[in-house]
Amino acid sequence: MALLEVNNISVYYGMIQALKGITFHVEKGEIVALIGANGAGKTTTLHTVSGLLQPKSGEVRYKDVDITKIPGHRIVSMGMAHVPEGRRVFPDLTVEQNLRLGAYTRKDKAEIESTLETVYQRFPRLKERTRQVAGTLSGGEQQMLAMGRALMSHPDIILMDEPSMGLSPLLVGEIFDIIEAVHEDGVTVLLVEQNAKKALAIANRAYVLETGRITMEGTGRELLDNDDIRRAYLGDA
Amino acid sequence: MSFLTSFVNGLSLGSIYAIIALGYTMVYGIAKMLNFAHGDFIMVGSYIIFTFVSTLGLHPAVGVLVSIVLCTLLGVGTERIAYRPLRQAASPLAVLITAIGVSYLLENLALLIFGADTKSFTSIIPWSGITLAGGALRIQGVTIVTIALSVAILIALQFFVHRTKSGQAMLAVAQDKGAATLMGIDVNKTISLTFAIGSALAAVAGALLCSAYPSLTPYTGAMPGIKAFVAAVLGGIGSIPGAMIGGLVLGIVEILSRTYISSQLSDAIVFGILVVVLLVKPTGLLGKITQEKV
Repeated sequence: MALLEVNNISVYYGMIQALKGITFHVEKGEIVALIGANGAGKTTTLHTVSGLLQPKSGEVRYKDVDITKIPGHRIVSMGMAHVPEGRRVFPDLTVEQNLRLGAYTRKDKAEIESTLETVYQRFPRLKERTRQVAGTLSGGEQQMLAMGRALMSHPDIILMDEPSMGLSPLLVGEIFDIIEAVHEDGVTVLLVEQNAKKALAIANRAYVLETGRITMEGTGRELLDNDDIRRAYLGDA
Repeated sequence: MSFLTSFVNGLSLGSIYAIIALGYTMVYGIAKMLNFAHGDFIMVGSYIIFTFVSTLGLHPAVGVLVSIVLCTLLGVGTERIAYRPLRQAASPLAVLITAIGVSYLLENLALLIFGADTKSFTSIIPWSGITLAGGALRIQGVTIVTIALSVAILIALQFFVHRTKSGQAMLAVAQDKGAATLMGIDVNKTISLTFAIGSALAAVAGALLCSAYPSLTPYTGAMPGIKAFVAAVLGGIGSIPGAMIGGLVLGIVEILSRTYISSQLSDAIVFGILVVVLLVKPTGLLGKITQEKV
């Protein structure tokens, strides 16, 4: 049984079909990447998994439970966290308030404090800025905050949408190091990236999305070595 | 009338505007909608008190309590039935027009039930007040209660929003509904809670307004509602302290211009100030410029 199973989901925005029957799965302990061009449906896929969007048909199963119809706000407490595209930190709240909202569904105060400490250890730059308003952080710091906030829910799986977007190459490297470190701590990762090279390098397996369909799948290595992929997504001639 | 008396009266009227504006601004800040029926909740609340206290002869405290409970239900119910289904509508105008419709609906229902004649509202605060400075300054009981209550409400709301989990959820929903959902916050429930608080405050404002100005008609809430909206915009819509300051400024300006300039022109002056403030500072006195960071 896979941790996350997505079976043949179709999603519409009004009359426009964004996903045309997508099937994939994520095993416990994996890093799985979804790669593809702008508008291929990567973000839509993540939104459907975490319950922000409802598919017209198909099924999302998580920990062997059908979560297709469960509203988004109830999915967090099942152990799924989502780091949205564009960070989406709460700009007028402080770093610490943002992080504490990440633990909104958790009850145990002592455990929340210890998770907060762990997150600050993982992101020392956030610890220096606990009282700073999130909107004034740099793009990289906001990405770290968004990731830290997701970790505050103590997830089993973390969905990351374009974590490297708009960051300098140095920061991109740092963010990918953090993703690997989070994974080593036992968190399963579903990663959406336009930076296909970086994503495939750390992924156990990956799926290629094109205009709402999965056109290819394989291990990260296989896709990195595939000529079509190299031409289309890795910028090789 | 001495300047001080006018000033205190302005402070009192301003406190009522502030209580109404707090409801306006919270609903706007969190649900991102202007509830133009908010002023009419005041009128509904006042009729409820009138019915229970003047007609049925119950204790004013009971009347106020019943009014708060029923107005809360009215606010939450209106949101659930009329506004929530339109929240995902293509145009934000849909819910705005619906709110205007709700406003007319409530006014006409009141007209149908209570008639168009002015009801004389018995003050719920029997305390006659205090005399200061050897009789030079008389402050009515209702004035003191109004000012004290508005300050207490402001402090309570600030505490609630900044120090409680539900308050933090409200701030999160105000800033980003999608991200709030990802934190596990039930956006619909949070918006319902906001309407509940705003409508309960409208009931309180109605009790105070009609105790200070004891004539009640189906249109009693309309003008104070609009003025409170102006106060919320003046202070920076979405800001809780802004609503308070906007309300006080508006009330004081209104009473002082009524006393010293012209009672006919006082409303024009109030709205004129709004225009000037918005020209100079479009976000209002305490409003922030929202900026997107990429």
